[in-house]
Amino acid sequence: MRTSTGIRLLQSQSSFSRSMPLTHNVRRSTRFLPRYYSTHPPQAKLNTPIDYSTTPILCHSTSSALSNHELPPDIRAGTTKRMNLFQSINDALSLALQRDENALLFGEDVAFGGVFRCSMGLAEQFGSERVFNTPLSEQGIIGFAIGAAAEGMKAIAEIQFADYVYPAFDQLVNEAAKWRYRDGENGRGLGGLTVRMPCGAVGHGALYHSQSPESLFTHIPGLRVIMPRSPIQAKGLLLSAIQSPDPCIFMEPKALYRAAVEQVPLEHYTLPLSVAEIVKPGKDLTLVSYGHPMYTCQAALEAAERDLGVSIELIDLRTVYPWDKETVLQSVRKTGRCVIVHESMVNAGVGAEVAASIQGDQQTFLRLEAPVKRVAGWAIHMPLMFERFNVPDVARVYDAIKNSIEY
Amino acid sequence: MNTQRIGGRLFRDARASGLFLRSRGCGRCMGRGYSSLSQKPGAAGVRFPGAVNSKFTSTLQFEHPSTYTAIPTYRAMSPEGDLIDPEFTPASDELALEMYVNMVKVSIMDVIMFDAQRQGRLSFYMPSQGEEGTCVGSASALEKDDVVFSQYREAGVFMQRGFTWEDFMSQLFANRKDPGKGRNMPVHYGSRELNIHTISSPLATQIPQASGAAYALKMQRLANPNIPPRVVACYFGEGAASEGDFHAALNIAATRSCPVIFICRNNGYAISTPTLEQYRGDGIASRGTGYGIDTIRVDGNDIWAVRAATQKARSLALTDGGRPVLLEAMSYRISHHSTSDDSFAYRARVEVEDWKRRDNPIVRLRKYLEKRGAWDEEKEKELRIKVRKEVLRAFADAEKEKKGSLKSMFEDVYAEMTPELRGQMEELRGVMERYPEEYDVGEFEGGVAGLRG
Repeated sequence: MRTSTGIRLLQSQSSFSRSMPLTHNVRRSTRFLPRYYSTHPPQAKLNTPIDYSTTPILCHSTSSALSNHELPPDIRAGTTKRMNLFQSINDALSLALQRDENALLFGEDVAFGGVFRCSMGLAEQFGSERVFNTPLSEQGIIGFAIGAAAEGMKAIAEIQFADYVYPAFDQLVNEAAKWRYRDGENGRGLGGLTVRMPCGAVGHGALYHSQSPESLFTHIPGLRVIMPRSPIQAKGLLLSAIQSPDPCIFMEPKALYRAAVEQVPLEHYTLPLSVAEIVKPGKDLTLVSYGHPMYTCQAALEAAERDLGVSIELIDLRTVYPWDKETVLQSVRKTGRCVIVHESMVNAGVGAEVAASIQGDQQTFLRLEAPVKRVAGWAIHMPLMFERFNVPDVARVYDAIKNSIEY
Repeated sequence: MNTQRIGGRLFRDARASGLFLRSRGCGRCMGRGYSSLSQKPGAAGVRFPGAVNSKFTSTLQFEHPSTYTAIPTYRAMSPEGDLIDPEFTPASDELALEMYVNMVKVSIMDVIMFDAQRQGRLSFYMPSQGEEGTCVGSASALEKDDVVFSQYREAGVFMQRGFTWEDFMSQLFANRKDPGKGRNMPVHYGSRELNIHTISSPLATQIPQASGAAYALKMQRLANPNIPPRVVACYFGEGAASEGDFHAALNIAATRSCPVIFICRNNGYAISTPTLEQYRGDGIASRGTGYGIDTIRVDGNDIWAVRAATQKARSLALTDGGRPVLLEAMSYRISHHSTSDDSFAYRARVEVEDWKRRDNPIVRLRKYLEKRGAWDEEKEKELRIKVRKEVLRAFADAEKEKKGSLKSMFEDVYAEMTPELRGQMEELRGVMERYPEEYDVGEFEGGVAGLRG
């Protein structure tokens, strides 16, 4: 279905477009280049493009946005604005900088607005002392952020792509994560540290613009690892991460920066960390995911419920570590079946921890009706031309649901 | 919706295409994509944004290190204890004596604790013989609100800032009085009260942290001018300066104008690796100017030179709202690298003995004090006996002290213990209670019960 909306959405899923000289008024390009590698097979029933304008994952109306029971009463009585994910991140950053004069925002190219526009207008609004570019050095950015946080600042550091976080891995693993533990009764923690990074597949990011290294960080005691699924979630979870007394790794699915648009409450609000959310209740199977694949899961469960006449519970982990084990276990005790979906590779991924926890829990083990199934990236690097066969698609999630139900 | 500009590193080279030109001092031209640099009539050529003050030359010639003389080493006092810098005003005899005593204290503690480790009474130790002057001298020039990041061979800094024998010993024996709660290896000291961040083993990680901390101090003073001006002092060895974090740190400190003093202890060795295998430039100091940083090299065995240079560095670091300074203190690592190292496997005993005899910071300051009539053999003897007693008493007390509660294993990973950690603590307690003969918990406060709650 190539509606004009569909075309725009296909385009907007890309993170890169043609380069333009930067001016104060960036005009919308009217040039359209079809991207044949993003189209879907003509006969496809499952693997059709996600329609972000209708998916129930997003709140398309003010009333649905404000009916969220996790929001405080004053927010639920407030107003909303249509925002995509980068705009909601920008909004959250702006509120954080407003709220606390000790908040700093820095990284490569953040001053002019960031390569994904998340920091647009913030340097002008808050000054170049608080929103600034750093030299091109990830270990420097994170080391600097740790030091600033250790001396009482709220350091919001950006790593331009999650793929480039590895030079800072030592700083995150050996320093940030262990800071409070080794300082003991001196009591100096690194709650002021938040590290943002765009992650995930984007259609044509290949090896170094597609990675989701969250499971590497979930193996590190001391860090909180968060990945939102939508603009509302991104704003609330990012503001929580910034306030959290622990260092947080905040991963932003870059494919959603423009694609995911919903009504986002305007005021400052937070959403709880380490709490999973039952996005859709069900009774026959538990589908667990987080980040971008939540949309794939939603499409697959709609098809599966229609075709197989079952009821599926969809859970968004939101914080992948320390994660909300209890919500998932309770759901699986009820449904007896579980499918876990994530984009990063299957081996030792977040799904491994979830599956092992389900199997290892005495009560849940007894309730299992089928093997726990993981749908994830293959154990390969992200190949440019083969991305759509690597990222879990609707067909693979559907198939896993079907297998589990028919087991 | 706006059209998105290129995102990402793939296109970073595109900066050279002119799309990304920015004038120096980003932030002043926020949101402008074009540089304000223009060619002036009659200029010596195009002013490249990457090096605006470079003139053209028609001579093809490479720069070579040998073109430059080595950066000189500043001395205020001769090895005989005579002041040789006419500009230099020494501190009062009272402070000189305090510094002398602190150096002696560190050196005696080093000998005793090294032997204690050899007897198996603590797991590890790192002495700092030959570098007492660098540490005590620089620390004496700092204010108590200045923040310190150290590597691990800076016992003199802790001593000069007010660490007590009990503080040292509690940490070394990892007992219940150790603020680190017995989690860290010996010599990984830290003190909130003294504004010294807890030491971690990974080398050089503290250097960019010091840059960030310095930026925080600068911002806090901007927000509240009533706060007295503060700097960060960051210590590291010449081996650690080979790490990428050193490069990252000096560069970001320069671009963000951070009030930080980088103090490099160049003692000639990184474990067994001599400096000849560590670098081929003129030490660490020669790198400073490459980052646009004020730099000085001093004689680390001359406590007055170190103190004077640090004082000056501190005032420089606070100039114009803040800027970094690099100080390289030259010394010789007289002791083994640590208790896990026998340095005679890679250097001649005679070389070490020679250094010990020829020049060391304690002897040099002693000569200075004796020439002023402020010190003599009698006082020396008294001091050494007294210090030895103090160390041994603190040693015995700390060794006898109980270890902390087992619960602290699981605490402070996060600000609050997570359900997962509570579950694991319960699990461990269950096993210990079911197999009491398999676990020796007598030395821990509260024993197995410490794992409750």
